[in-house]
Amino acid sequence: MADNNVVDARGRSCPEPVILTKKALSKNGNKAQVLVDNQVAVDNITRFAENKGLKVSVTKGDGEFKLTIG
Amino acid sequence: MPKFQDENLLVGFDSSDDAAVYKVREDLAIVQTVDFFPPMVDDPYVFGQIAATNSLSDVYAMGSTPATAMNLICFPSCLPVSIMGEILAGGYAKVQEAGAIIAGGHTIEDEEPKYGLCVTGFIHPKDVLTNAGCQVGDALVLTKSLGTGILSTGGKADLLTDGEYKRMVELMTTLNKNARDCMVRVGAHACTDITGFGFLGHAYEMAAGSGMTLVIDSRRVPVEKKALELAQEGIIPGGAYNNRGYLQDDVEMGAGVSLELSDVLYDPQTAGGLLISLPEHKAPELLRQLEEFTGDARLVGYVKPFDGKSIVVK
Repeated sequence: MADNNVVDARGRSCPEPVILTKKALSKNGNKAQVLVDNQVAVDNITRFAENKGLKVSVTKGDGEFKLTIG
Repeated sequence: MPKFQDENLLVGFDSSDDAAVYKVREDLAIVQTVDFFPPMVDDPYVFGQIAATNSLSDVYAMGSTPATAMNLICFPSCLPVSIMGEILAGGYAKVQEAGAIIAGGHTIEDEEPKYGLCVTGFIHPKDVLTNAGCQVGDALVLTKSLGTGILSTGGKADLLTDGEYKRMVELMTTLNKNARDCMVRVGAHACTDITGFGFLGHAYEMAAGSGMTLVIDSRRVPVEKKALELAQEGIIPGGAYNNRGYLQDDVEMGAGVSLELSDVLYDPQTAGGLLISLPEHKAPELLRQLEEFTGDARLVGYVKPFDGKSIVVK
């Protein structure tokens, strides 16, 4: 994992992206960038992070999404 | 697709019902359904039980009882054949419990295991309970608690305790037999079972089929606490988002309904309970009879004339 705590969850289906995000956030002071390739993962990670009181911004790329949390 | 016309087809493809019903004689119709899917639990025997419970349910939802069943099984050559035996044994146990028989089946090789049943039941044509029979003023009773789709997703990530896993399996392996028997004894106007489209998806089919609005009191709907917790953590199957998307124009969700509760209301269920529409004065008797078999059944809403939205959740 890189210094800026990037989680690459592309190619993974739920619940894996949420579980990976959860681990990354707890290791790194509730900040992470997460790459996913499906809308369900975006929605689930957003649910999870917002429920912890964290801010989430999503940028859409070519067939993938980058979520910036914290 | 071509549309088939046959005056003896009492319930067919068009009405989004649970099973097809075909009249054989004035006093006899057959009820037919088929359903199969890949495993949502690791234990093959339990998977067999769940798949069979789910397949048998559609016959109960029409007010009938299963008579014969045929196995449908897809199985990879790389797995030991004893696993297939366990899946089938789970299915047999449920068919036996239903008082039906397995009369045959078909197996093909496939990359991922899949199992289910084609089930046939019999019924008098006048006793058929479709989606479309709701009447103004009816009470709505749901016989099983919701959340098995979310719980199964949590199970994949080992997020369930032993007790929570057992509870999930109990929900998915409880036949709708007793619920159907109580419903038929008390008398109902309409019925459906809750499966892949979730509670609100199947409630919508009933509302649309009947041309009515179903008003749901979300505080009364039986839901699994653990499913609410997991929904807050984003452990939600894709199907729940799909169901929410399909229904966005047809459901009015009250502002007081929490996001996690609405997730559970949209959660796709495996072998969910029956949603029964019956005259309001009969609801207490139905609930009294159901209490003998389950602590989950609840009065969850009522039927009113269509008012622009098929479903109103309060």
